[in-house]
Amino acid sequence: MTEKKNDIKEKQDPAKTEASAEKQEKKGTSAEKPKAKPKPKKNPRAKLFKSERMTIVAPAPHAKGKQSVPRIMYTVIIALLPAVAASIFFFGTRAMVTIMVAVFSAMVAEFACNKIMKTGVTIDDGSAILTGLLLAMTLPPTFPVAATALGAVIAIVFGKQVFGGLGANIFNPALIGRAFLQASFPVKITTWTLPAFASSNAYFDIATSKTVDTVSGATPLGLWKFEGIGTHLKPLLFGNIGGCIGETSALALLLGGIVLLILKYADWRIPLSYIGTVFLFSGALWLIDPSRYPDPLFMILSGGLILGAFFMATDMVTSPVTPLGTWIYGIGMGVMLVVIRIWGGLPEGVMYSILFMNGLVPLLNRWTRPKYFGEIQEESQKK
Amino acid sequence: MKLSTFKKGLHPEDYKYLSQDKAIETLPPPDDVYIPVQQHIGTPCEPLVKKGDRVKTGQIIADNSAYVSAPVHATISGTVKDISKYYHPLGMRETMIHIQRDGEEEWEYLEPIDDWKWTPKEKLLKTIRDAGIVGLGGATFPTHVKLAPPDDRAIDSFILNGVECEPYLTADDRLMVEEADKILLGMSIMMHILDVQKGYIGIENNKPGAIARMQKRVVELGYPFKMVPLKVKYPQGAEKMLIYSVLKRKVPCGKLPMDVGVVVNNVATAYAVAEAVTEAKPLIQRVITVTGDGVKQPKNLMARIGTPFKELFNVCGNVKDNVNRIFMGGPMMGMTQYHLESPVVKGSSGIVAVTGDLVEELTTFPCIRCGACVLACPMNLLPLRLSKFSQENMTGELEDYGVSNCIECGCCAFACPANIPLVQWIRVGKLRLREHQAKTAKEKA
Repeated sequence: MTEKKNDIKEKQDPAKTEASAEKQEKKGTSAEKPKAKPKPKKNPRAKLFKSERMTIVAPAPHAKGKQSVPRIMYTVIIALLPAVAASIFFFGTRAMVTIMVAVFSAMVAEFACNKIMKTGVTIDDGSAILTGLLLAMTLPPTFPVAATALGAVIAIVFGKQVFGGLGANIFNPALIGRAFLQASFPVKITTWTLPAFASSNAYFDIATSKTVDTVSGATPLGLWKFEGIGTHLKPLLFGNIGGCIGETSALALLLGGIVLLILKYADWRIPLSYIGTVFLFSGALWLIDPSRYPDPLFMILSGGLILGAFFMATDMVTSPVTPLGTWIYGIGMGVMLVVIRIWGGLPEGVMYSILFMNGLVPLLNRWTRPKYFGEIQEESQKK
Repeated sequence: MKLSTFKKGLHPEDYKYLSQDKAIETLPPPDDVYIPVQQHIGTPCEPLVKKGDRVKTGQIIADNSAYVSAPVHATISGTVKDISKYYHPLGMRETMIHIQRDGEEEWEYLEPIDDWKWTPKEKLLKTIRDAGIVGLGGATFPTHVKLAPPDDRAIDSFILNGVECEPYLTADDRLMVEEADKILLGMSIMMHILDVQKGYIGIENNKPGAIARMQKRVVELGYPFKMVPLKVKYPQGAEKMLIYSVLKRKVPCGKLPMDVGVVVNNVATAYAVAEAVTEAKPLIQRVITVTGDGVKQPKNLMARIGTPFKELFNVCGNVKDNVNRIFMGGPMMGMTQYHLESPVVKGSSGIVAVTGDLVEELTTFPCIRCGACVLACPMNLLPLRLSKFSQENMTGELEDYGVSNCIECGCCAFACPANIPLVQWIRVGKLRLREHQAKTAKEKA
């Protein structure tokens, strides 16, 4: 029925248009108007279908891939879980408390910022959770709870929200939080706890974290830097070493990292160029003087390099989008890391190397525009 | 076997199973047709008939003397009821000729050609023009212009585009399965006109029936054509991508395929050329896929040009009540329809009605610079930056970052996890750049 009515209208409409042909021409595209006039309230589109249902008129494409921002964020969080599990296994409940405090504080800070900035609540997109988790991974397990919370707040507020929220920040928020904590609590942040396995060869008690709390020691990098003591590679790989929560088990981190690479949530070029540069650069130094410089495998497996290379440097917001830019970014971080570790005043340089190269990302994106499809030939033809 | 392909791009779920096995049904001539006077890229045609005229099927009803144009034919026999503006599938209201059928089907054929191999090329080209043949893949560029490249362009290869990379569409697929002979004939006619020896047939690998059938007929009929099965990836059928996939030649930015010695034509165009040259039939009908989960019985229909979409849906059991979006063409580049009176035009390869999966209802997040669009863009552009520049109206940057190279395939917007309408912004950016350039050119002059 409706369609028939429509037909009649269609026939009347052109008659009108013919009668006022000159007017029509002046009106141009407003040809639909005379039709809408009799029933101004009703949208002409609705009459198309028997169901009176509106259809959507929109430009192409009309299909959409399945990826979404929350999906990416939560996948990264899940990819971090093996490392979280390993850290809880080695450091006990204290590590768990630090992680929970950091995540919770980050979410509260995000929520507060949303309210103050009136941007709509964004804690469900998962990015605040991820920032809190990554921050916790960079802290020693015995780090004071209040300071952890402060660090998470700084990470969210000064690392992300002041720039305008998700996607607008220049620097990795978690590392901003960590940098703040390093400046504010330099002693606490370098007071490392040895995992229970290292401190007592008896057994590991999750219920009482007492034994874990009391024993402290240097990280492998600190041992090497300040006391010249090396660490065997096997504990480095499996995680039975002193250090930050997320630095313990290279294997658990690699597991999550490889998942990210397979899902393409992390650009494979970044870990490859970052770790590869560290390997080549420190390897060259090691070949020159093995007694002075540590061997490259130790450089890779110790400290936060694996965590940084797979989970922090690959942060989408603060890494370049162009392939060439990504290579420069990774190589720059690798060189800087080796320089800081070997000649700098600190035993660890992952944080500073990433933050420094983060600052260069906008420029890298600008400098390294890829060639368009067909651009090279155009140039050669001109010549 | 390693399939030929191009770099980047992506693979959206193709839903071809809905209509892939449905044989082409010929739709009987409808009672009313609305024929737009312009159905090609180029100079618009002028109506040659008046209200009340009696027209025959195949009679030219609109034409223009300009070179880059193709005439429009009456697709049914009947009376011209009206010439005025009706809904066009491309969104605006366009001048159309409304013809009402009067029962008898009377044909007006083209000037017949006895043996195309011994006919002068000029005459063949004229026949193709008179038949109103344009690129039926969707671009609707007049075919006779494409087949007559300037003398300084040496054409050495001809590619038949049977890729049909857009999801849902199966019109070309079915045509290749059912009319392989005519398609191959059309292809050899076009190659004869171009005086080209090397012929390639590019078909995406998700059409095993079409590949097998074409391969069989090529061998049986002794054509020297090379079959090139292609990787299933969008936009494999885009001219520049197809040329790269088949011949590994890159069309330079701002240039045409003929600049690298290639002419690409769609299988439906080849079919139309064969019909025109050997049967003297002008282009009055085409295969159109009516599909989507919003259609009760998806079908491939041979429909007269000018048939309202309503009629197509009628024979397919109509659209479901919960249909959310109807578009002409594929979901990646198709145009949404808001009026089912809109007619089938020469460029309509499919009409798709879908329920659900609404891009507009998804939340848009800020860009997190994940680079998914960069990984998807077949033209190697930076969609995230281009869309930003477009939003900020930064015309200089738009030019520096090559916005005009965008082929609007929609891969970037499809891939974007933040649901940003990237390709839509890029289209705006192209327009803004053109307007800016026109303005500066005016100021200089």
